[in-house]
Amino acid sequence: MAKVTVDGIEIEVPNGATVLQACEAAGKEIPRFCYHERLSVAGNCRMCLVEVEKAPKPVASCAYPVADGMKVFTDSAMVRNARRNVMEFLLINHPLDCPICDQGGECDLQDQATAYGGQGGRYREQKRAVKDKYMGPLVKTIMTRCIQCTRCIRFATEVAGVPELGATGRGEDMQIGTYVERALTTELSGNLIDICPVGALTSRPYAFVSRPWELGKTDSIDVLDAVGAAIRIDTRGPEVLRILPRTNEDVNEEWMADRGRFSFDGLKRKRLDRPWIRVDGKLRPASWEEAFAAIADRFQGLAPARIGAVAGDLVDAESAFALRQLMTGLGSANLDCRQDGAAIDGRRRDQYLFNTGIAGIDEADALLIIGSNPRQEAPVLNARIRKRWASGAMKVGFVGPKGLNLTYKAEHLGEGPAALAALQAGEGFAEVLKGASKPMIILGRAAIARADGAAVLAAAWALAESVGALTPEWHGFNLLHLFGGQVGALDAGFLPGPGGLDLAAMLGGGVDALWLLGADGFDPALIADGTFVVYQGHHGDRAASRADVILPGAAYPEKDGTYVNTEGRVQRGRMALHAPGEAREDWRIVRAAGAALGVALDFDTLEALRARMVAANPVFGMVDGRVAGGCLDTAGPVAGVTPISHTEFTLPVTDYWQADAISRASETMAECSRIYNDATPKLAAE
Amino acid sequence: MSAPHSHTHEEPASFAFDADSEAQIAKILARYPESKKASGVIPLLYVAQKQMGRLTGSAWTPRIAMDTIAERLGMAPIRVYEVATFYFMFNTKPIGRFHLQVCGTTPCWLRGSDEVLRACKDAGHLKGYGDTSEDGIFTMTEVECLGGCVNAPILQVDDDYYEDMDYDSTVKLIEALKRGERPTPGSVTGRQGSAPIGGAETVLDIPMADVKE
Amino acid sequence: MALSDKDRIFTNLYGLHPWNLKDARRRGSWDGTAAIIAKGRDWIIEEMKQSGLRGRGGAGFPTGMKWSFMPKASPDGRPSYLVVNGDESEPGTCKDRDIIRNDPHLLIEGCLYAGVGMGAHAGYIYVRGEYYNEIQVLQAAIDEAYDAGLLGKNAAGSGWDFDLYVHRGAGAYICGEETALIESLEGKKGMPRLKPPFPAAVGLYGCPTTVNNVETIAVVPAILKRGASWFSSFGRPKNVGTKIFCIQGHVNKPCNVEAEMSIPMRELIDRYAGGVRGGWDNLLAVIPGGSSTPLLPKHICDDVLMDFDALREHKSGLGTAGVIVMDKSTDIIKAIARLAHFYKHESCGQCTPCREGMGWQKRLMDRMVEGRAELAEIDVLESVTRQIEGHTICALADGGVWPVQGLIRHFRPLMEERIRDYHAKKLGGPLPLAAE
Repeated sequence: MAKVTVDGIEIEVPNGATVLQACEAAGKEIPRFCYHERLSVAGNCRMCLVEVEKAPKPVASCAYPVADGMKVFTDSAMVRNARRNVMEFLLINHPLDCPICDQGGECDLQDQATAYGGQGGRYREQKRAVKDKYMGPLVKTIMTRCIQCTRCIRFATEVAGVPELGATGRGEDMQIGTYVERALTTELSGNLIDICPVGALTSRPYAFVSRPWELGKTDSIDVLDAVGAAIRIDTRGPEVLRILPRTNEDVNEEWMADRGRFSFDGLKRKRLDRPWIRVDGKLRPASWEEAFAAIADRFQGLAPARIGAVAGDLVDAESAFALRQLMTGLGSANLDCRQDGAAIDGRRRDQYLFNTGIAGIDEADALLIIGSNPRQEAPVLNARIRKRWASGAMKVGFVGPKGLNLTYKAEHLGEGPAALAALQAGEGFAEVLKGASKPMIILGRAAIARADGAAVLAAAWALAESVGALTPEWHGFNLLHLFGGQVGALDAGFLPGPGGLDLAAMLGGGVDALWLLGADGFDPALIADGTFVVYQGHHGDRAASRADVILPGAAYPEKDGTYVNTEGRVQRGRMALHAPGEAREDWRIVRAAGAALGVALDFDTLEALRARMVAANPVFGMVDGRVAGGCLDTAGPVAGVTPISHTEFTLPVTDYWQADAISRASETMAECSRIYNDATPKLAAE
Repeated sequence: MSAPHSHTHEEPASFAFDADSEAQIAKILARYPESKKASGVIPLLYVAQKQMGRLTGSAWTPRIAMDTIAERLGMAPIRVYEVATFYFMFNTKPIGRFHLQVCGTTPCWLRGSDEVLRACKDAGHLKGYGDTSEDGIFTMTEVECLGGCVNAPILQVDDDYYEDMDYDSTVKLIEALKRGERPTPGSVTGRQGSAPIGGAETVLDIPMADVKE
Repeated sequence: MALSDKDRIFTNLYGLHPWNLKDARRRGSWDGTAAIIAKGRDWIIEEMKQSGLRGRGGAGFPTGMKWSFMPKASPDGRPSYLVVNGDESEPGTCKDRDIIRNDPHLLIEGCLYAGVGMGAHAGYIYVRGEYYNEIQVLQAAIDEAYDAGLLGKNAAGSGWDFDLYVHRGAGAYICGEETALIESLEGKKGMPRLKPPFPAAVGLYGCPTTVNNVETIAVVPAILKRGASWFSSFGRPKNVGTKIFCIQGHVNKPCNVEAEMSIPMRELIDRYAGGVRGGWDNLLAVIPGGSSTPLLPKHICDDVLMDFDALREHKSGLGTAGVIVMDKSTDIIKAIARLAHFYKHESCGQCTPCREGMGWQKRLMDRMVEGRAELAEIDVLESVTRQIEGHTICALADGGVWPVQGLIRHFRPLMEERIRDYHAKKLGGPLPLAAE
């Protein structure tokens, strides 16, 4: 530890800390532009200059190491001058276009100019004008505003792992861009907007939309992948205007994936905003009463075993739990939330969770990825893998399709389950895993959503055990889910009950009535013609057109709901706006349907429902927490009857930008899909 | 070079190093540790630019050549673009057969670089800095101090310094270039290197040892 | 007493003799090399310290001390590197060029001693890209040295393995800054690094590295062969040795010349460069040590000595000893404005004050040349230079504002006159005083 005095306040900071960190520890605010705690230190903006006793010149506090006995001054005449001077330089070529700048009101330059700048300007020369650059469909550039802090370059290179941004030219002609005017090939591009301290990089969909002070802000959780990033939903009236990440060190740090951030325009399109019933083969608008009556009419007299329900990938745990209660009340055990047919039996939670935890990646020293492309399945989690890999402390092996760019180096070990046998036999990368003190295995959900899924799951578990990844102190077995509702539905027990049918068995006439709760993840053509289908959900996506009755539900920003992320963290999404038209929160719909079907559900309020959930599964009581710890029982999952095959693993996400009902309705995402699936680069000034 | 951020010219569709270049590259890469191949980026950009000059008559570095270099050195292409646009000696757009580089920095200016500039314009039919003559023979660029200040002013033609220039000697040089001649570089007034006009006044009395082979 | 030829180190400064190994040997190169190395690393460093040699690249840091910062042993297996700075880009400077093209073996032999002195088995000589023909000579000389067993394994029979490579730059003044040079050598843009860590701890490829100027290294063989006390017998204390001066501009006979340190400026110009054009009284000002050093008006030039300390006393510096002489015909505002243009052109763009400030300074100076300014803007100009100075990662910015500060310090009345003239001509009346 080093003893440092900041403005007379004596503090102790670790050796190797920077002066800036010492100042913050002493409660002193240090202005900065280029410095960002999650990026490498550039030291170029010079805004964080402070005075250090005996140093002849002010020093850049972000880069200067502390020394024992150092005396630092953050508010001396020298420092105030230096800040005012740097601020003047930053502003001479910065346009005075704050009134039309989307960063206005949340601009570091604006704020710091007010706090540390001088009065008026002395610059009488021509201001610099810089041609705007193309960085992709999501990030709008107004490069004349750029202050060359290089945060975006460092983010792209270091965090996103796509070294495609750079500063070309030099001196005052230095310009930030890709040089070839190509969209950045990352699923994390929205973060560039957040880290840009000025209005050079702003959100294209949000351009000229609103000012920050006009927005209602609601803290919530992203459900469009299974990471469960902390987000803030910004609304004005009945509209979501943007979604931003919040900091959650355990989950997303401060990053967010593009699909979760930019799909929200899909909330306004293809919505189911009123009940519909099929009459004479055609859907017609109906009242709620008519809809429930139609269901009651059809359900009447059906044997409970001829009724089934399927929960989708984005459902909140409350509605899944409520629907399960309804089915139980009807006497049916035909429940399934595994639209992809993943071999999850639900018996042991740690056999379907990402047990190491997302933050646990920071401790792992070897990683084997099986049948998953985390870059597209969970971009933020992938960035965490990359961070650990880049630190040099973790080696990565990969089993799956060749030629994948994960943004880090991974040793390719094979394309199918045969590679697991080789590893089990102790070959090649197995040495790395065995030699590691905290090895981890990530198994893609798609790798167990195949005929031999149970065998693959068992093999991966056995491998984890054999390389020492399953110990009382460390749980290195991880299943990577794809969407925010998947784990919650499993935790709610939305699986076939005793004697119940799974999805495959319900299709093709296995049941006479099928209740689909946001279930758009399988081909509805597989449902037998005679099956009566109730579709409850928010988008007229894949399944709604097959429905006989449509019950309009709420999308995640439109309801309070519990979501459990891939690591088993129980988190609460909050209602940021009302569902459109007659659409209602889903648990209420289920409860009302229960009344119509003569099933009394014993909850009238969300609180009561949640209490029932906790009683059924105590994990629902651990809001914002998760069961962490090692593996106390290494007995593996049941391998099933289908033997492991030689079929290569395939990846589940074929189009990252359009992977769920909301993003498939989003024009922004449709444009991304068009651009990113078209490999031809665009040249600049043509 | 100038205007590094616009692409208003034709970029070739392909680029590959020829045998001459490959021979140079092998020598170049031998200078750096195997894991530090990126050190070869400036040398390889030169090789590419020289090859373009050799094969097309215009010594410039197309973007596709930068991509080729990036791949060869295991670098991200943007890192090569950054280097190629940071250093002044890489031409990111086509230039004329001869690159007239007029030093305009103070030491040359004090000795009459404005006259050299005027002569280049007159004899080379150039409008000003950055211009390429209509016949494609000359491109003129203002360069910063060339480090030959005691022989100012200097006109650099491609890799060669012509020193102690004035208007007339510049015109004469340009005319010779047009005729396909390549006058010997160095002082056009016949000075011995950086020695004073009229001959060296020091280091005349140097003991020479007998050294056995 | 003028320096005599027998005390000159750069005996082939003008290329009167061939540069090759055979002739270099006749001039004393590679003589007794193994015996010198046999005296050991500590002896070499001590002798360098005793010689009082200060770096010839501009900053004047004591060379022996710099070498002594290199680690004695490599506990973690990292090699040490010698890097020689031949980027020679400071306007007014053309001395390293002569060493490289006319006496490369002085440099190569010096590299070997420096390598031993700092525990390096490999060295890179970074030469500015424009010195294409000079690099051909240097490379040929290195090839000769390898062929003769003077480089490589057991270099010159000394038992020390030493490899030496040439790396060509590509047109960036900033690469003369040692950490920018290292970045450039690593294949990046020449952007100076944050310090600490310093190169002696983390330099080329993350390894301990010392960067020395070409002239610094080239005088090492003479110091080690003729003795520290011989070298330190020239010049004043702390300002010792001989030095190549580049005398140019408005002199009758511009030239490079090796002279003793602390030689009076007037003597230097009169004796070696044929005097100021039109006589000493026609002198307006001199930039004494390359473009970064503030100009000195004639009255200071009359008796100032050419060394680090004397020039610093006059708020200038010896720098690279590029002596730019300007006679009374010079538009000195324009001469300095052109330097402001140079520094704007050469700013790497990394630090805000330099990237933005150099353009501002240049544009203000361009208006000062015309007089198209307000009197009060001279103060603005001065304050802009002060805002840039001392606020950046490297010293380019400092060197870029000193010429303008020097101009204001010594020629402010001329700048004011220019402004008044402009307003009188354009506006048809005298300019109101700034205070109004």
